[in-house]
Amino acid sequence: MLNTFMQSRLRGLVILALILVILPAFLGNPFHYELVTQMAIIAATVVGLNLLVGFAGQISLGHAGFFGLGAYFTGIATGTYGWSSVPALVVGAIVVGAIAWIVGRPILRLKGHYLSMATLAVGFIIAIILNNERALTGGPDGMPVPAFEIFGWELSAFGRYSLFGITIEGFQAWYIFASVVLLVAVWFALNLIESPIGRALRSVHGSEVAASVVGVNTAKYKSLVFVISAIYASLMGSLYAHFQGFITPAVASFEFSILFITMVVLGGMGSTFGVILGAVVLKLLPQVLADFQELEHVMFGLILMLTMIFMPKGLLPTLTAFVSKKMRKKAGGEA
Amino acid sequence: MFKTVIRRAGKCAAVAAAGLMMMSAQAAEPIKIGSFLSVTGPASFLGDPELKTLEMYVEKINEEGGVLGRQLELIHYDDVGNASSARNFASRLIRSDQVDIIVGGSTTGATMAAVPLIEQAEVPFISLAGAVVITNPVKKWVFKTPQTDRMAAERILTDMKDRGITKFGLISGTGGFGSSGRTQTLEVAEAMGMEVVADVTYSGSDTDMTAQLTNIRNTSGVEAVLNFGFGQGPAIVTRNYAQLGMELPFYQSHGVASDSFLELAGSSAEGLRLPASPLLVPDSLPNDDPQKEVVQNYKAEYEARWDSKVSTFGAYAYDGLMLAVRAMEEAGSTDPEAVRNALENIQGYVGVTGVFNMSPEDHNGLDPDSFRILEVQNGEWKLID
Repeated sequence: MLNTFMQSRLRGLVILALILVILPAFLGNPFHYELVTQMAIIAATVVGLNLLVGFAGQISLGHAGFFGLGAYFTGIATGTYGWSSVPALVVGAIVVGAIAWIVGRPILRLKGHYLSMATLAVGFIIAIILNNERALTGGPDGMPVPAFEIFGWELSAFGRYSLFGITIEGFQAWYIFASVVLLVAVWFALNLIESPIGRALRSVHGSEVAASVVGVNTAKYKSLVFVISAIYASLMGSLYAHFQGFITPAVASFEFSILFITMVVLGGMGSTFGVILGAVVLKLLPQVLADFQELEHVMFGLILMLTMIFMPKGLLPTLTAFVSKKMRKKAGGEA
Repeated sequence: MFKTVIRRAGKCAAVAAAGLMMMSAQAAEPIKIGSFLSVTGPASFLGDPELKTLEMYVEKINEEGGVLGRQLELIHYDDVGNASSARNFASRLIRSDQVDIIVGGSTTGATMAAVPLIEQAEVPFISLAGAVVITNPVKKWVFKTPQTDRMAAERILTDMKDRGITKFGLISGTGGFGSSGRTQTLEVAEAMGMEVVADVTYSGSDTDMTAQLTNIRNTSGVEAVLNFGFGQGPAIVTRNYAQLGMELPFYQSHGVASDSFLELAGSSAEGLRLPASPLLVPDSLPNDDPQKEVVQNYKAEYEARWDSKVSTFGAYAYDGLMLAVRAMEEAGSTDPEAVRNALENIQGYVGVTGVFNMSPEDHNGLDPDSFRILEVQNGEWKLID
């Protein structure tokens, strides 16, 4: 039974869920909860980006643009126009998905560097619009976003909620909520990867020509996965905006796009759990190095360089390969 | 089994949290002053002197016996000018370090990103950033020490009016400071019955503004030009202004009121006016000016300690720290509510930036006259008004 479980593709999901359940025992104070909540939101975004980068092999250097659009759609719809959070989040995702589809059709015809350049440009355009439409977005100084509201409940990191006789603090509620969101995001990604769409995407990654020869509509699948990853980014951008309570155009900045890509590369392209690890490491770094702020960029560069040289497949794939090799050796030695 | 795991995990978390809280309650001997500043990154010219100022005066206060008989402890983080890290560090200060008061927030973006959190956590916060949105509308827990950009606009436009100017051209940066300044200038101009006949902008990375300035020069009826922005943009505007041989009275904002601007702009800055802190002209202040002594002392102490030129921005941190100390002394405790109330009632505190008179309606406490109008003459600041 254990064997079949270990073989199951949901194995990783169960392990992730267990980690999320056990983690609160190690979280000392509300700030730690907040940090992990942010990590979960960012990790879910990166899981979506990984579908595009890791599986379909298309590089996007403008993903923070979609993240920022989602965040600002939520901010403007709930803050300025008084929408409820859930419709704002859903409509925002649809709008961003549509934008991704419109820009995706022509730019996904491009390959390699040209595709990266085009997505880079899309990200820049979005960031510039957010910066300059002062009346709508508050300009470079940003805008406040109301607390997340679900079925008339306000989910605020400072609230206190009781449900079925259990009282939990707002930051714990956010932690649980973000954990569930991350699990759903991972579950969806895993299922997509194992579906015919996922196989088609991997064939595109392997060789686009070969894929089209065997009858895969490469253009269709590429723009589909582009839209899906943009929707991931938009949804998570919306949640991030609610959680932070305040957003500035920095959420759509080039630096943020690069950070996303770095998380994918560091954690392991094409490894759904690897990129989560990448997100955790890179989100933790600024806090760990808070006392040596000057070193942050040096460390950032060093980590990236060492990973590229010694672990070109990324952290998690290299580690799991190492562990399973050891285990096999051990098993062989005993036999 | 699953449920027991959850329950146990919950219990562990509760025990751990309670333990930590007790530990910090026992260790709460020093008064904790939290700060998040842009010490590195694009806004480091703000954060660096601010941090230096906080460090040296916390040391000085501790040597003199501290506040309420307790020592001060400064806990600071560098937000690199990034609003979301500012928010995260504010959260860390409040929830992990459990500080008694926060003095920080170098930029408006960083400050505003932390404000929703601070309002909910109910911790007194003294911001060091400029824009009027920070204290207008008034937020219960948020105070600030620099004059607002609205006051700068009022001061500049009043000076223009005194010189008989009613129509002027405006050139502003598209960054946070410039665009907020532009909005305030347009509003103040309308309120004062003045007319902005030309309104052009440049982005932070532009290296030549002659096109925008030519546009202003060719607008009929322009009697003066005002540039709102900070960073290197205004220095380029100033150089281009001289290159184009424009003779109209030229104004800059308080965003460039520093000696390094004079170095960047060189001789082309000759004759321009700007509103600034008296810190730039400590020795020309009249002897009956209440700020003279404070300003001279701050300048002398800062320059002796750090061997570098004093900056207006560091003075914001000086005033922030001193206001915090004064509020705690008047409150007689570090209870957040009491400190907040004391802050709100501070009257006649003479700081480097100006004389602060706080009230429930005004969490800044300065008036436009705290700005002095300076003119560049022979490469130096000259006090005009």
